[in-house]
Amino acid sequence: MTKIHLTVDGAAVSDDVEPRMLLVQYLREKLGKTGTVIGCDTSNCGACTVHLDGTSVKSCNVLAVQADGRSVTTIEGLADTVEGELHPVQEAFRECHGLQCGFCTPGMIMQAVDLLAENPHPTEEEVRLGMEGNLCRCTGYHNIVKSVLHAAEGGARA
Amino acid sequence: MIPVKFDYVAPTSVEEALAALGEHGDDAKIMAGGQSLLPVLRMRLNAPEVVIDLGGIDALRGVRDEGDAIVVGAMTTHHEVRDHPLVREHALLVAKAAADVADAQIRHRGTFGGALAHADPAGDLGAPALALGAQFVIAGTDGTRTVEASDFFVGLFETAIGDDEILTEVRIPKHTGWGAHYEKFVRVAHQWPIVAVAATVRGSIDEARVGLTNMGPTPLRARATEAALAGVSATEDGVRAAADLAAEGTDPPSDLNGAADYRRHLARVLTRRAVLEAAGAQAWS
Ligand SMILES: Cc1cc2nc3c(=O)[nH]c(=O)nc-3n(C[C@H](O)[C@H](O)[C@H](O)COP(=O)(O)OP(=O)(O)OC[C@H]3O[C@@H](n4cnc5c(N)ncnc54)[C@H](O)[C@@H]3O)c2cc1C
Ligand code: FES
Ligand code: FES
Repeated sequence: MTKIHLTVDGAAVSDDVEPRMLLVQYLREKLGKTGTVIGCDTSNCGACTVHLDGTSVKSCNVLAVQADGRSVTTIEGLADTVEGELHPVQEAFRECHGLQCGFCTPGMIMQAVDLLAENPHPTEEEVRLGMEGNLCRCTGYHNIVKSVLHAAEGGARA
Repeated sequence: MIPVKFDYVAPTSVEEALAALGEHGDDAKIMAGGQSLLPVLRMRLNAPEVVIDLGGIDALRGVRDEGDAIVVGAMTTHHEVRDHPLVREHALLVAKAAADVADAQIRHRGTFGGALAHADPAGDLGAPALALGAQFVIAGTDGTRTVEASDFFVGLFETAIGDDEILTEVRIPKHTGWGAHYEKFVRVAHQWPIVAVAATVRGSIDEARVGLTNMGPTPLRARATEAALAGVSATEDGVRAAADLAAEGTDPPSDLNGAADYRRHLARVLTRRAVLEAAGAQAWS
C-alpha cells in the first residue's frame, strides 16, 4: 500500500492505495465518483477523461499513485467552479443535443473544457482534431462539435 | 484491465532511480508517462515486480539551448515539446511530429524520452530524431554515454539503452530556419501511422533530411531521396523523381493495415507531399 494525498473536485482526500490501482478506479470505487466512466480497455475512447493539475488525461491510463500531491477535477466537480450552476460547456451540450445515450458525455465535456482553455475560439476543424481522443457510438459527432462551438461563442472558458 | 500487483518506487533524482534499477534488476520496469507501459501492464503482457516512476525527477524535464544544439529532457511531454519555442525555432520537424502523436490527453502525459525508449516502429518521434541526427544521452551507474541516432534504434521495440540504464536527454543539432513537415497516414483518428514521413529542408531546396516511420523494425533515413533532393526546385515535378527513391532499402511489414508493397507506395507518395509541404513551411502554423 502507498499513501496518497490529493485534491479531488476541490476537497482534500488521502488514502492508502495499491500502486496498481488506476486513477479511474480510485475515483469510482474509493470516492464513489461514478460520473467518470470506463468505456474501453485500451485507452482509446476518452470516456474516463478528467483534469490532472488542470490538463486533460485519460484516468484509465494513470495510476492513482501518480496523482499524489496533485489536483483532480472530474465531471462532478466542474459545475461547482461556477457557483452551483451548470458549467457553460455542460449547458451547451444540453442546448445543442450534444448527446444521445450520454455515456461518452463526461469525457467529451472534460476534453472540450481543456480544448477551450487552450484555444478559446477554435474552428470546426480544430474542434474535431482536439476531440480526436474521444469516441462516441451514438451521435455521429455532429452535435458534439456544434456544442463545443456553441460554448466557444458564449465565451466559455475553463 | 487491472495490472498484476507491483511495488512502486518514486525517486527524485537520476542517481536514486539508477540505484533502484540496480537493486531490482530484471524485476523492475521504468515508467515515464506510462502511456505505453500502463496499457501493457493492464493487458498483463508484462508483470514487473517493481515500477520505478521517473515522474518526480524534475531534472529530466524541459528544453535548453546548448549553442549548436537544443537539449530535450527525457520527461518533457509531447505537449510541452510541441509548444516549446526552442523546439519550434530550431527543430520544427520535432514540434510538428509531437503535435501528431496520439490525442491531446495522451500528449499531456506521454513523454519524448518514453516514446523514443519504447521504440515502437510506428512511433512518431523516431523518424524525426533520426532525420535530424539526434544524440541520446544515457545514464548508468558508471556515468553517462552518448549514442548517435543511427546506433540508438536497434530493432523492434529495442534500443541501445541497457537494462540498468536510463535515457536522460536528447541533443538535437539546430536546424534553424529549415522548413519541416510530418506527413502521417492513418486509417482512423488519433492512431499509430500505417506509414509516416518526416521531412525537413533548407532553402527550396538546397539540402534535405527525410525520415521514414513504420517502413521496417526501426525508423529509417531515406538516403537516396535526400541525395537526389539537393539542388532540385520545390515543385511537384522537381521533387517527384527523388521521392520515388524513398522506399529503396526499406523492409516494411505486411499486416492488417497494409501489405509491404502498399507501404512502399505510401512512402513514395507521402515523401513527395512531405517535402513539398516542408519547403513552404519555415515556421509553426
Ligand atoms: C491510445 C494510444 C494511442 C497512441 N498513439 C500514438 C501515436 O499515434 N504515435 C506515437 O508515437 N505514440 C502513440 N502512443 C504512445 C505514446 O506516444 C506514448 O506516450 C509513448 O509511446 C510512451 O511514452 P511514455 O512517456 O508514456 O512512456 P512509458 O509508457 O512510461 O514507457 C514506455 C517504455 O519505455 C521505457 N522508458 C520510458 N522512459 C525511459 C527512460 N527515460 N529511460 C529508459 N527507459 C524508459 C519504459 O520502461 C517502457 O518500457 C499512443 C498511446 C496510446 C495509449
Ligand atoms: S476508458 Fe479510458 S480511454 Fe476508454
Ligand atoms: S452519446 Fe452515446 S456514446 Fe456518445
